[in-house]
Amino acid sequence: MIEVHDLHKHFGGFHAVDGASLRIRKGSITGLIGPNGAGKTTLFNVIAGRLPPTSGRVTMAGEDITGLPPHALFHKGLLRTFQIAHEFSSMTVRENLMMVPAAQAGESLWNAWFARGRIRQEEAALRRKADEVLDFLTIAHVADERAGNLSGGQKKLLELGRTMMVDARIVFLDEVGAGVNRTLLNTIADAIVRLNRERGYTFCVIEHDMDFISRICDPVIVMAQGKVLAEGSAQEILRNEAVIEAYLGTGLKNKVPA
Amino acid sequence: MDLLNALVTFLNFVFIPAAAYGAQLALGALGATLVYGILRFSNFAHGETMAFGTAATILLTFGLQALGVTFGPLPTALLALPLGIAATALLVLGTDRAVYRFYRVKRAAPVIYVVASLGVMFIMSAITRFLVGVEDIQFTDGARFVINARDFRDWSGLEEGLALRSTQLITLVVAALAVAALFWFLNRTRTGKSMRAFSDNEDLALLSGINPDRVVAVTWIIVAALTTTAGVLYGLDKSFKAFTYFQLLLPIFAAAVVGGLGNPLGAIAGGFVIAFSEVMVTYAWKQVVAYAVPGDWVPAGLLQLMTTEYKFAVSFAILIIVLLFKPTGLFKGQSV
Repeated sequence: MIEVHDLHKHFGGFHAVDGASLRIRKGSITGLIGPNGAGKTTLFNVIAGRLPPTSGRVTMAGEDITGLPPHALFHKGLLRTFQIAHEFSSMTVRENLMMVPAAQAGESLWNAWFARGRIRQEEAALRRKADEVLDFLTIAHVADERAGNLSGGQKKLLELGRTMMVDARIVFLDEVGAGVNRTLLNTIADAIVRLNRERGYTFCVIEHDMDFISRICDPVIVMAQGKVLAEGSAQEILRNEAVIEAYLGTGLKNKVPA
Repeated sequence: MDLLNALVTFLNFVFIPAAAYGAQLALGALGATLVYGILRFSNFAHGETMAFGTAATILLTFGLQALGVTFGPLPTALLALPLGIAATALLVLGTDRAVYRFYRVKRAAPVIYVVASLGVMFIMSAITRFLVGVEDIQFTDGARFVINARDFRDWSGLEEGLALRSTQLITLVVAALAVAALFWFLNRTRTGKSMRAFSDNEDLALLSGINPDRVVAVTWIIVAALTTTAGVLYGLDKSFKAFTYFQLLLPIFAAAVVGGLGNPLGAIAGGFVIAFSEVMVTYAWKQVVAYAVPGDWVPAGLLQLMTTEYKFAVSFAILIIVLLFKPTGLFKGQSV
Protein backbone atom coordinates (compact mmCIF):
# COMPACT_ATOMS: atom_id res chain seq x y z
CA MET A 1 0.00 0.00 0.00
CA ILE A 2 2.55 2.53 1.19
CA GLU A 3 6.22 2.14 0.54
CA VAL A 4 8.88 4.43 1.93
CA HIS A 5 12.30 4.27 0.31
CA ASP A 6 15.37 5.57 2.09
CA LEU A 7 13.62 8.65 3.42
CA HIS A 8 15.61 11.50 4.94
CA LYS A 9 14.30 14.60 6.68
CA HIS A 10 16.90 16.96 8.07
CA PHE A 11 16.26 20.10 10.09
CA GLY A 12 19.57 21.90 9.69
CA GLY A 13 22.12 19.50 11.14
CA PHE A 14 19.52 17.41 12.93
CA HIS A 15 18.52 14.25 11.13
CA ALA A 16 14.99 13.57 12.35
CA VAL A 17 14.40 10.83 9.81
CA ASP A 18 17.67 9.32 8.69
CA GLY A 19 17.24 6.81 5.90
CA ALA A 20 14.04 5.06 6.91
CA SER A 21 12.59 2.42 4.59
CA LEU A 22 9.38 0.58 5.37
CA ARG A 23 6.26 -0.94 3.87
CA ILE A 24 2.71 -0.80 5.06
CA ARG A 25 0.72 -3.73 3.73
CA LYS A 26 -2.75 -3.19 2.32
CA GLY A 27 -5.41 -4.14 4.85
CA SER A 28 -3.04 -4.24 7.80
CA ILE A 29 -3.05 -2.34 11.07
CA THR A 30 0.60 -1.50 11.28
CA GLY A 31 1.97 -0.27 14.60
CA LEU A 32 4.80 2.25 14.67
CA ILE A 33 6.62 2.45 17.98
CA GLY A 34 9.88 3.85 19.25
CA PRO A 35 11.33 6.17 21.88
CA ASN A 36 10.47 9.86 21.91
CA GLY A 37 12.42 11.66 19.21
CA ALA A 38 12.76 8.53 17.08
CA GLY A 39 11.28 10.41 14.10
CA LYS A 40 7.85 8.75 14.04
CA THR A 41 5.80 11.95 13.83
CA THR A 42 8.24 13.53 11.37
CA LEU A 43 7.87 10.43 9.21
CA PHE A 44 4.09 10.89 9.34
CA ASN A 45 4.45 14.57 8.48
CA VAL A 46 6.54 13.74 5.43
CA ILE A 47 4.27 10.95 4.21
CA ALA A 48 1.15 13.06 4.74
CA GLY A 49 2.63 15.98 2.79
CA ARG A 50 2.99 18.45 5.63
CA LEU A 51 6.80 18.57 5.30
CA PRO A 52 8.82 18.07 2.13
CA PRO A 53 11.43 15.29 2.48
CA THR A 54 15.13 16.13 2.23
CA SER A 55 15.53 13.04 0.04
CA GLY A 56 13.87 9.70 -0.54
CA ARG A 57 10.61 8.55 -2.03
CA VAL A 58 7.11 7.64 -0.88
CA THR A 59 4.79 5.59 -3.07
CA MET A 60 1.16 4.65 -2.57
CA ALA A 61 -0.07 1.61 -4.47
CA GLY A 62 2.88 2.03 -6.81
CA GLU A 63 2.20 5.70 -7.49
CA ASP A 64 4.80 8.28 -6.45
CA ILE A 65 3.21 10.63 -3.88
CA THR A 66 6.41 12.25 -2.55
CA GLY A 67 5.83 15.85 -1.54
CA LEU A 68 2.18 16.06 -2.64
CA PRO A 69 0.22 18.62 -0.57
CA PRO A 70 -2.17 17.29 2.12
CA HIS A 71 -5.38 18.18 0.29
CA ALA A 72 -4.22 16.27 -2.80
CA LEU A 73 -3.41 13.22 -0.64
CA PHE A 74 -6.82 13.54 0.99
CA HIS A 75 -8.43 13.06 -2.40
CA LYS A 76 -6.33 9.94 -2.92
CA GLY A 77 -7.72 8.54 0.33
CA LEU A 78 -4.73 9.18 2.58
CA LEU A 79 -5.79 10.72 5.91
CA ARG A 80 -4.08 11.39 9.20
CA THR A 81 -4.82 12.54 12.72
CA PHE A 82 -2.62 14.64 14.96
CA GLN A 83 -0.81 13.78 18.17
CA ILE A 84 -2.38 16.83 19.78
CA ALA A 85 -5.96 16.75 18.58
CA HIS A 86 -6.89 19.44 16.07
CA GLU A 87 -10.38 20.75 15.63
CA PHE A 88 -12.23 23.73 14.15
CA SER A 89 -12.82 25.15 17.59
CA SER A 90 -15.46 27.71 16.68
CA MET A 91 -17.68 25.19 14.89
CA THR A 92 -19.88 22.56 16.48
CA VAL A 93 -18.84 18.92 16.60
CA ARG A 94 -21.33 18.03 13.86
CA GLU A 95 -20.14 20.91 11.66
CA ASN A 96 -16.58 19.70 12.17
CA LEU A 97 -17.51 16.37 10.66
CA MET A 98 -19.63 17.91 7.92
CA MET A 99 -16.65 20.02 6.91
CA VAL A 100 -14.72 16.95 5.81
CA PRO A 101 -16.00 15.53 2.55
CA ALA A 102 -14.50 17.94 0.06
CA ALA A 103 -15.90 18.77 -3.37
CA GLN A 104 -19.52 19.03 -2.29
CA ALA A 105 -22.03 20.70 -4.55
CA GLY A 106 -22.14 23.73 -2.23
CA GLU A 107 -18.53 24.49 -2.99
CA SER A 108 -19.22 26.07 -6.32
CA LEU A 109 -20.54 29.59 -6.06
CA TRP A 110 -22.79 28.87 -9.00
CA ASN A 111 -24.52 26.08 -7.14
CA ALA A 112 -24.73 28.16 -3.97
CA TRP A 113 -27.03 30.52 -5.88
CA PHE A 114 -28.77 28.32 -8.40
CA ALA A 115 -28.90 24.76 -7.10
CA ARG A 116 -30.17 25.24 -3.58
CA GLY A 117 -32.19 22.00 -3.68
CA ARG A 118 -29.23 19.82 -4.51
CA ILE A 119 -27.16 21.41 -1.78
CA ARG A 120 -29.89 20.89 0.76
CA GLN A 121 -30.15 17.20 -0.15
CA GLU A 122 -26.43 16.79 0.08
CA GLU A 123 -26.25 18.59 3.42
CA ALA A 124 -29.02 16.39 4.79
CA ALA A 125 -27.18 13.24 3.72
CA LEU A 126 -23.98 14.57 5.27
CA ARG A 127 -25.79 15.39 8.46
CA ARG A 128 -27.15 11.84 8.71
CA LYS A 129 -23.70 10.46 8.10
CA ALA A 130 -22.16 12.73 10.74
CA ASP A 131 -24.79 11.62 13.25
CA GLU A 132 -24.07 7.96 12.48
CA VAL A 133 -20.38 8.56 13.03
CA LEU A 134 -21.05 10.33 16.33
CA ASP A 135 -23.24 7.41 17.43
CA PHE A 136 -20.56 4.94 16.47
CA LEU A 137 -18.02 6.85 18.55
CA THR A 138 -20.42 7.25 21.50
CA ILE A 139 -20.23 11.06 21.47
CA ALA A 140 -23.63 11.81 19.94
CA HIS A 141 -24.62 13.83 23.02
CA VAL A 142 -22.07 16.55 22.24
CA ALA A 143 -23.05 16.96 18.57
CA ASP A 144 -24.10 20.61 18.98
CA GLU A 145 -21.34 21.55 21.39
CA ARG A 146 -18.56 23.81 20.12
CA ALA A 147 -15.65 21.51 19.34
CA GLY A 148 -13.26 23.74 21.29
CA ASN A 149 -15.11 22.83 24.50
CA LEU A 150 -14.62 19.06 24.19
CA SER A 151 -12.36 17.11 26.52
CA GLY A 152 -9.03 15.83 25.22
CA GLY A 153 -10.33 12.28 24.80
CA GLN A 154 -13.46 13.40 22.99
CA LYS A 155 -11.32 15.45 20.61
CA LYS A 156 -9.34 12.28 19.85
CA LEU A 157 -12.60 10.52 18.98
CA LEU A 158 -13.61 13.46 16.81
CA GLU A 159 -10.28 13.10 14.98
CA LEU A 160 -11.08 9.47 14.31
CA GLY A 161 -14.58 10.49 13.29
CA ARG A 162 -13.23 12.78 10.57
CA THR A 163 -11.58 9.82 8.88
CA MET A 164 -14.93 7.99 8.90
CA MET A 165 -16.71 10.72 6.92
CA VAL A 166 -15.02 9.71 3.69
CA ASP A 167 -13.96 6.41 2.24
CA ALA A 168 -10.37 6.48 3.30
CA ARG A 169 -7.89 3.96 1.99
CA ILE A 170 -5.18 4.50 4.54
CA VAL A 171 -5.30 6.37 7.83
CA PHE A 172 -2.31 7.47 9.87
CA LEU A 173 -3.14 7.78 13.56
CA ASP A 174 -0.64 9.73 15.65
CA GLU A 175 -0.90 8.69 19.31
CA VAL A 176 -4.62 8.27 19.11
CA GLY A 177 -4.67 6.94 22.68
CA ALA A 178 -2.53 9.60 24.38
CA GLY A 179 -4.34 11.14 27.34
CA VAL A 180 -7.35 8.86 26.92
CA ASN A 181 -8.66 6.66 29.73
CA ARG A 182 -8.81 2.85 29.48
CA THR A 183 -12.50 2.54 28.63
CA LEU A 184 -12.28 5.13 25.89
CA LEU A 185 -9.08 3.53 24.63
CA ASN A 186 -10.96 0.24 24.23
CA THR A 187 -13.69 2.07 22.32
CA ILE A 188 -11.05 3.50 20.01
CA ALA A 189 -9.36 0.12 19.54
CA ASP A 190 -12.72 -1.48 18.69
CA ALA A 191 -13.49 1.30 16.24
CA ILE A 192 -10.14 0.84 14.50
CA VAL A 193 -10.54 -2.92 14.21
CA ARG A 194 -14.10 -2.59 12.92
CA LEU A 195 -13.11 0.02 10.33
CA ASN A 196 -10.28 -2.26 9.26
CA ARG A 197 -12.49 -5.35 8.88
CA GLU A 198 -15.76 -3.85 7.68
CA ARG A 199 -14.55 -1.03 5.49
CA GLY A 200 -11.10 -2.28 4.57
CA TYR A 201 -9.21 0.73 5.93
CA THR A 202 -5.47 0.28 6.21
CA PHE A 203 -4.09 1.82 9.40
CA CYS A 204 -0.71 2.96 10.56
CA VAL A 205 -0.75 3.71 14.27
CA ILE A 206 1.81 5.49 16.43
CA GLU A 207 1.23 4.53 20.04
CA HIS A 208 3.18 4.12 23.27
CA ASP A 209 0.71 1.80 24.98
CA MET A 210 2.13 -1.69 24.36
CA ASP A 211 -1.10 -3.44 25.40
CA PHE A 212 -2.97 -1.44 22.79
CA ILE A 213 -0.31 -2.19 20.18
CA SER A 214 -0.10 -5.89 20.84
CA ARG A 215 -3.88 -6.17 20.86
CA ILE A 216 -4.61 -4.67 17.46
CA CYS A 217 -1.39 -4.23 15.48
CA ASP A 218 0.30 -6.66 13.17
CA PRO A 219 2.98 -6.09 12.11
CA VAL A 220 4.79 -3.67 14.42
CA ILE A 221 7.61 -1.48 13.16
CA VAL A 222 10.14 -0.08 15.63
CA MET A 223 11.98 3.17 14.90
CA ALA A 224 14.95 4.61 16.72
CA GLN A 225 17.14 7.59 15.83
CA GLY A 226 15.41 8.13 12.49
CA LYS A 227 15.91 4.57 11.27
CA VAL A 228 13.83 1.41 11.26
CA LEU A 229 15.22 -0.83 13.97
CA ALA A 230 13.03 -3.91 13.69
CA GLU A 231 9.83 -5.23 12.23
CA GLY A 232 7.70 -8.22 13.16
CA SER A 233 4.66 -9.37 15.07
CA ALA A 234 4.04 -7.84 18.49
CA GLN A 235 5.34 -11.00 20.20
CA GLU A 236 8.57 -10.99 18.21
CA ILE A 237 9.08 -7.32 18.96
CA LEU A 238 8.58 -7.81 22.68
CA ARG A 239 11.35 -10.40 22.70
CA ASN A 240 13.74 -8.51 20.41
CA GLU A 241 16.94 -7.62 22.33
CA ALA A 242 17.70 -4.49 20.32
CA VAL A 243 14.17 -3.17 20.85
CA ILE A 244 14.31 -3.84 24.58
CA GLU A 245 17.58 -1.95 24.70
CA ALA A 246 16.35 1.07 22.71
CA TYR A 247 12.76 1.40 23.77
CA LEU A 248 11.02 -1.04 26.04
CA GLY A 249 13.72 -0.90 28.67
CA THR A 250 15.05 -3.81 30.61
CA GLY A 251 12.80 -3.23 33.56
CA LEU A 252 13.96 -4.85 36.77
CA LYS A 253 16.84 -6.68 35.14
CA ASN A 254 19.24 -3.76 35.59
CA LYS A 255 18.35 -3.31 39.21
CA VAL A 256 19.42 -6.79 40.15
CA PRO A 257 23.08 -6.59 41.22
CA ALA A 258 25.25 -8.76 39.06
CA MET B 1 -33.11 75.79 25.78
CA ASP B 2 -34.12 73.97 22.67
CA LEU B 3 -33.55 70.24 22.71
CA LEU B 4 -34.96 69.59 19.25
CA ASN B 5 -32.51 72.00 17.66
CA ALA B 6 -29.71 70.44 19.70
CA LEU B 7 -30.69 67.00 18.45
CA VAL B 8 -30.86 68.12 14.83
CA THR B 9 -27.46 69.78 15.10
CA PHE B 10 -26.04 66.62 16.62
CA LEU B 11 -27.53 64.44 13.89
CA ASN B 12 -26.39 66.78 11.16
CA PHE B 13 -22.80 67.33 12.22
CA VAL B 14 -21.95 64.25 14.26
CA PHE B 15 -24.21 61.27 13.79
CA ILE B 16 -24.73 61.19 10.03
CA PRO B 17 -21.13 61.96 9.03
CA ALA B 18 -19.77 59.52 11.62
CA ALA B 19 -22.17 56.77 10.55
CA ALA B 20 -21.16 57.16 6.90
CA TYR B 21 -17.46 57.29 7.78
CA GLY B 22 -17.93 54.31 10.10
CA ALA B 23 -19.51 52.27 7.32
CA GLN B 24 -16.57 53.07 5.04
CA LEU B 25 -14.06 52.09 7.74
CA ALA B 26 -16.02 48.92 8.52
CA LEU B 27 -15.83 47.77 4.90
CA GLY B 28 -12.10 48.54 4.82
CA ALA B 29 -11.53 46.78 8.15
CA LEU B 30 -13.48 43.72 6.97
CA GLY B 31 -11.01 43.34 4.13
CA ALA B 32 -8.01 43.75 6.42
CA THR B 33 -9.43 41.31 8.94
CA LEU B 34 -10.11 38.68 6.26
CA VAL B 35 -6.53 38.89 5.02
CA TYR B 36 -5.33 38.57 8.60
CA GLY B 37 -7.63 35.67 9.44
CA ILE B 38 -7.03 33.61 6.35
CA LEU B 39 -3.66 34.63 4.94
CA ARG B 40 -2.33 35.42 8.42
CA PHE B 41 -0.61 38.74 7.97
CA SER B 42 -1.34 42.44 8.34
CA ASN B 43 -1.57 43.75 4.82
CA PHE B 44 0.16 47.15 4.66
CA ALA B 45 -0.88 47.50 1.04
CA HIS B 46 -4.53 47.55 2.08
CA GLY B 47 -4.95 51.34 1.83
CA GLU B 48 -3.25 51.38 -1.55
CA THR B 49 -5.50 48.56 -2.76
CA MET B 50 -8.41 50.83 -1.86
CA ALA B 51 -6.79 53.68 -3.71
CA PHE B 52 -6.15 51.55 -6.79
CA GLY B 53 -9.71 50.24 -6.83
CA THR B 54 -11.07 53.75 -6.52
CA ALA B 55 -8.74 55.09 -9.21
CA ALA B 56 -9.78 52.32 -11.60
CA THR B 57 -13.44 53.05 -10.86
CA ILE B 58 -12.89 56.78 -11.41
CA LEU B 59 -11.32 56.20 -14.82
CA LEU B 60 -14.21 53.93 -15.79
CA THR B 61 -16.68 56.51 -14.49
CA PHE B 62 -15.10 59.22 -16.64
CA GLY B 63 -15.27 56.81 -19.55
CA LEU B 64 -18.97 56.18 -18.98
CA GLN B 65 -19.66 59.89 -18.59
CA ALA B 66 -17.82 60.60 -21.85
CA LEU B 67 -20.09 58.06 -23.54
CA GLY B 68 -23.04 59.92 -22.07
CA VAL B 69 -24.04 57.07 -19.76
CA THR B 70 -25.38 58.10 -16.36
CA PHE B 71 -27.21 56.34 -13.56
CA GLY B 72 -30.14 58.72 -13.10
CA PRO B 73 -30.09 60.28 -9.64
CA LEU B 74 -27.38 57.85 -8.48
CA PRO B 75 -23.66 58.47 -9.04
CA THR B 76 -22.30 56.96 -12.26
CA ALA B 77 -19.45 55.51 -10.17
CA LEU B 78 -21.81 52.85 -8.86
CA LEU B 79 -22.23 51.59 -12.43
CA ALA B 80 -18.48 51.47 -12.87
CA LEU B 81 -17.92 49.81 -9.49
CA PRO B 82 -18.24 46.15 -10.62
CA LEU B 83 -15.62 46.70 -13.31
CA GLY B 84 -13.42 48.53 -10.82
CA ILE B 85 -13.72 45.53 -8.50
CA ALA B 86 -12.77 43.19 -11.34
CA ALA B 87 -9.68 45.27 -12.14
CA THR B 88 -8.67 45.30 -8.46
CA ALA B 89 -9.26 41.55 -8.16
CA LEU B 90 -6.91 41.00 -11.10
CA LEU B 91 -4.30 43.22 -9.46
CA VAL B 92 -4.40 41.49 -6.05
CA LEU B 93 -4.52 38.00 -7.58
CA GLY B 94 -1.52 38.98 -9.70
CA THR B 95 0.25 40.30 -6.61
CA ASP B 96 -0.49 37.09 -4.75
CA ARG B 97 0.85 35.05 -7.61
CA ALA B 98 3.99 37.16 -7.98
CA VAL B 99 4.78 37.87 -4.34
CA TYR B 100 2.85 36.15 -1.54
CA ARG B 101 2.60 32.68 -3.07
CA PHE B 102 6.37 32.37 -3.02
CA TYR B 103 6.37 32.88 0.75
CA ARG B 104 3.35 30.63 1.28
CA VAL B 105 5.13 27.73 -0.38
CA LYS B 106 8.12 28.38 1.87
CA ARG B 107 5.84 28.64 4.91
CA ALA B 108 7.46 31.98 5.77
CA ALA B 109 6.94 33.72 9.12
CA PRO B 110 4.12 36.32 9.22
CA VAL B 111 6.55 39.20 9.68
CA ILE B 112 8.09 38.41 6.29
CA TYR B 113 4.68 38.76 4.64
CA VAL B 114 4.20 42.09 6.41
CA VAL B 115 7.47 43.44 5.07
CA ALA B 116 6.68 42.05 1.61
CA SER B 117 3.29 43.80 1.76
CA LEU B 118 5.13 47.03 2.55
CA GLY B 119 6.97 46.66 -0.76
CA VAL B 120 3.70 45.87 -2.52
CA MET B 121 2.26 49.03 -0.96
CA PHE B 122 4.92 51.23 -2.60
CA ILE B 123 4.44 49.62 -5.99
CA MET B 124 0.65 49.88 -5.82
CA SER B 125 0.80 53.49 -4.74
CA ALA B 126 3.07 54.24 -7.70
CA ILE B 127 0.64 52.51 -10.08
CA THR B 128 -2.28 54.52 -8.69
CA ARG B 129 -0.46 57.85 -8.94
CA PHE B 130 0.62 56.92 -12.44
CA LEU B 131 -2.99 56.20 -13.39
CA VAL B 132 -4.80 59.23 -11.99
CA GLY B 133 -2.18 61.53 -10.49
CA VAL B 134 -1.95 63.01 -7.00
CA GLU B 135 -4.56 65.76 -7.31
CA ASP B 136 -7.89 65.95 -5.56
CA ILE B 137 -10.52 64.38 -7.81
CA GLN B 138 -14.28 64.90 -7.52
CA PHE B 139 -16.25 62.23 -9.30
CA THR B 140 -19.67 62.50 -7.68
CA ASP B 141 -22.61 63.19 -9.95
CA GLY B 142 -26.36 62.65 -9.77
CA ALA B 143 -28.56 64.13 -7.05
CA ARG B 144 -26.61 65.91 -4.28
CA PHE B 145 -29.10 65.70 -1.46
CA VAL B 146 -31.74 63.34 -0.21
CA ILE B 147 -32.76 65.86 2.44
CA ASN B 148 -31.80 69.46 1.81
CA ALA B 149 -30.99 71.70 4.81
CA ARG B 150 -33.26 74.53 3.66
CA ASP B 151 -36.18 72.25 2.79
CA PHE B 152 -35.86 70.65 6.19
CA ARG B 153 -35.91 74.07 7.91
CA ASP B 154 -39.00 75.13 5.96
CA TRP B 155 -40.72 71.86 6.69
CA SER B 156 -39.92 71.62 10.40
CA GLY B 157 -39.80 75.30 11.34
CA LEU B 158 -36.60 74.69 13.32
CA GLU B 159 -33.62 77.07 13.20
CA GLU B 160 -31.18 74.26 12.37
CA GLY B 161 -31.24 72.44 9.06
CA LEU B 162 -30.71 68.74 8.63
CA ALA B 163 -28.91 67.68 5.48
CA LEU B 164 -28.58 64.12 4.29
CA ARG B 165 -26.33 63.93 1.27
CA SER B 166 -27.18 61.20 -1.23
CA THR B 167 -23.61 59.87 -0.97
CA GLN B 168 -24.08 59.35 2.76
CA LEU B 169 -27.30 57.41 2.26
CA ILE B 170 -25.73 55.40 -0.57
CA THR B 171 -22.75 54.62 1.66
CA LEU B 172 -24.96 53.24 4.40
CA VAL B 173 -27.17 51.23 2.04
CA VAL B 174 -24.30 49.78 0.00
CA ALA B 175 -22.31 48.95 3.13
CA ALA B 176 -25.30 47.17 4.67
CA LEU B 177 -25.83 45.14 1.49
CA ALA B 178 -22.14 44.24 1.25
CA VAL B 179 -21.98 43.14 4.88
CA ALA B 180 -25.16 41.07 4.57
CA ALA B 181 -23.80 39.38 1.43
CA LEU B 182 -20.47 38.67 3.12
CA PHE B 183 -22.04 37.10 6.20
CA TRP B 184 -24.40 35.02 4.11
CA PHE B 185 -21.40 33.86 2.14
CA LEU B 186 -19.26 32.99 5.19
CA ASN B 187 -22.01 31.23 7.10
CA ARG B 188 -24.15 29.62 4.46
CA THR B 189 -21.99 28.60 1.54
CA ARG B 190 -19.58 25.75 1.46
CA THR B 191 -16.76 27.96 0.19
CA GLY B 192 -17.40 30.42 3.02
CA LYS B 193 -17.30 27.59 5.52
CA SER B 194 -14.05 26.37 3.98
CA MET B 195 -12.65 29.86 4.52
CA ARG B 196 -13.72 29.85 8.16
CA ALA B 197 -12.27 26.37 8.61
CA PHE B 198 -9.03 27.51 7.00
CA SER B 199 -8.87 30.50 9.32
CA ASP B 200 -9.65 28.35 12.36
CA ASN B 201 -7.08 25.61 11.79
CA GLU B 202 -5.04 25.60 8.60
CA ASP B 203 -3.46 22.16 9.05
CA LEU B 204 -6.74 20.47 9.71
CA ALA B 205 -8.41 22.28 6.81
CA LEU B 206 -5.76 20.93 4.46
CA LEU B 207 -6.30 17.43 5.84
CA SER B 208 -10.01 17.80 5.25
CA GLY B 209 -9.26 18.15 1.57
CA ILE B 210 -9.77 21.90 1.39
CA ASN B 211 -7.73 23.31 -1.47
CA PRO B 212 -5.67 26.19 -0.04
CA ASP B 213 -5.07 27.85 -3.43
CA ARG B 214 -8.81 28.13 -3.93
CA VAL B 215 -9.45 29.54 -0.48
CA VAL B 216 -6.68 32.08 -0.96
CA ALA B 217 -7.94 33.12 -4.40
CA VAL B 218 -11.54 33.53 -3.19
CA THR B 219 -10.30 35.54 -0.21
CA TRP B 220 -8.41 37.96 -2.45
CA ILE B 221 -11.41 38.44 -4.71
CA ILE B 222 -13.63 39.24 -1.72
CA VAL B 223 -10.98 41.57 -0.33
CA ALA B 224 -10.81 43.34 -3.70
CA ALA B 225 -14.58 43.78 -3.68
CA LEU B 226 -14.65 45.10 -0.11
CA THR B 227 -11.73 47.51 -0.48
CA THR B 228 -12.86 48.89 -3.81
CA THR B 229 -16.38 49.42 -2.49
CA ALA B 230 -15.04 51.09 0.65
CA GLY B 231 -12.69 53.29 -1.37
CA VAL B 232 -15.33 54.36 -3.88
CA LEU B 233 -17.84 55.16 -1.12
CA TYR B 234 -15.24 57.21 0.73
CA GLY B 235 -14.31 59.01 -2.48
CA LEU B 236 -17.96 59.75 -3.31
CA ASP B 237 -18.60 61.02 0.21
CA LYS B 238 -15.50 63.24 0.33
CA SER B 239 -13.17 63.22 -2.65
CA PHE B 240 -10.39 61.08 -4.04
CA LYS B 241 -6.81 61.91 -3.22
CA ALA B 242 -4.19 59.17 -3.36
CA PHE B 243 -2.42 60.33 -0.19
CA THR B 244 -5.62 60.36 1.88
CA TYR B 245 -6.14 56.69 1.12
CA PHE B 246 -2.67 55.87 2.31
CA GLN B 247 -3.54 57.62 5.57
CA LEU B 248 -6.75 55.59 5.90
CA LEU B 249 -4.60 52.55 6.65
CA LEU B 250 -4.31 53.62 10.28
CA PRO B 251 -8.00 54.00 11.20
CA ILE B 252 -8.76 50.84 9.22
CA PHE B 253 -6.26 48.78 11.14
CA ALA B 254 -7.29 50.42 14.38
CA ALA B 255 -10.87 49.35 13.61
CA ALA B 256 -9.83 45.77 12.79
CA VAL B 257 -7.70 45.48 15.94
CA VAL B 258 -10.27 47.13 18.20
CA GLY B 259 -12.91 44.68 16.96
CA GLY B 260 -10.59 41.68 17.20
CA LEU B 261 -8.35 40.81 14.26
CA GLY B 262 -9.73 37.98 12.17
CA ASN B 263 -13.28 38.51 13.42
CA PRO B 264 -15.60 39.98 10.75
CA LEU B 265 -18.25 41.08 13.25
CA GLY B 266 -15.55 42.85 15.25
CA ALA B 267 -14.30 44.69 12.17
CA ILE B 268 -17.72 46.27 11.69
CA ALA B 269 -18.09 47.25 15.32
CA GLY B 270 -14.51 48.54 15.32
CA GLY B 271 -15.17 50.68 12.25
CA PHE B 272 -18.03 52.48 13.95
CA VAL B 273 -16.19 52.83 17.27
CA ILE B 274 -13.23 54.49 15.55
CA ALA B 275 -15.39 56.70 13.33
CA PHE B 276 -17.61 57.95 16.15
CA SER B 277 -14.65 58.59 18.44
CA GLU B 278 -12.81 60.49 15.73
CA VAL B 279 -15.76 62.69 14.87
CA MET B 280 -16.90 63.28 18.45
CA VAL B 281 -13.46 64.14 19.78
CA THR B 282 -12.73 66.59 16.97
CA TYR B 283 -16.19 68.19 16.77
CA ALA B 284 -16.79 71.63 18.30
CA TRP B 285 -19.78 71.01 20.56
CA LYS B 286 -20.56 74.67 21.28
CA GLN B 287 -23.59 74.84 19.02
CA VAL B 288 -25.19 71.67 20.39
CA VAL B 289 -24.59 72.76 23.99
CA ALA B 290 -25.91 76.24 23.26
CA TYR B 291 -29.25 74.70 22.32
CA ALA B 292 -29.28 72.17 25.11
CA VAL B 293 -28.61 74.39 28.17
CA PRO B 294 -30.18 77.63 29.42
CA GLY B 295 -28.79 80.77 27.77
CA ASP B 296 -26.45 82.03 30.46
CA TRP B 297 -24.78 78.64 30.93
CA VAL B 298 -23.36 78.63 27.40
CA PRO B 299 -19.56 78.57 27.60
CA ALA B 300 -17.39 80.95 25.62
CA GLY B 301 -15.07 78.27 24.20
CA LEU B 302 -15.69 76.03 21.19
CA LEU B 303 -15.90 72.88 23.34
CA GLN B 304 -13.64 71.08 20.89
CA LEU B 305 -11.42 68.49 22.55
CA MET B 306 -8.95 68.38 19.69
CA THR B 307 -8.69 70.10 16.35
CA THR B 308 -9.31 67.96 13.27
CA GLU B 309 -5.58 67.80 12.47
CA TYR B 310 -5.30 65.44 15.41
CA LYS B 311 -7.96 63.01 14.29
CA PHE B 312 -5.44 60.25 13.63
CA ALA B 313 -4.23 60.60 17.21
CA VAL B 314 -7.66 59.35 18.26
CA SER B 315 -7.20 56.12 16.31
CA PHE B 316 -3.75 55.71 17.83
CA ALA B 317 -5.03 56.32 21.35
CA ILE B 318 -7.87 53.80 20.99
CA LEU B 319 -5.49 51.30 19.43
CA ILE B 320 -3.08 51.58 22.36
CA ILE B 321 -5.81 51.38 24.98
CA VAL B 322 -7.33 48.27 23.42
CA LEU B 323 -3.97 46.57 22.98
CA LEU B 324 -3.12 47.29 26.62
CA PHE B 325 -6.33 46.08 28.19
CA LYS B 326 -7.90 43.66 25.71
CA PRO B 327 -5.32 42.50 23.16
CA THR B 328 -7.82 40.18 21.43
CA GLY B 329 -10.22 43.05 20.77
CA LEU B 330 -13.81 43.73 21.77
CA PHE B 331 -15.03 40.62 19.99
CA LYS B 332 -12.66 37.76 20.49
CA GLY B 333 -10.22 37.72 17.59
CA GLN B 334 -6.76 36.26 17.25
CA SER B 335 -4.28 37.98 19.54
CA VAL B 336 -1.65 39.96 17.71
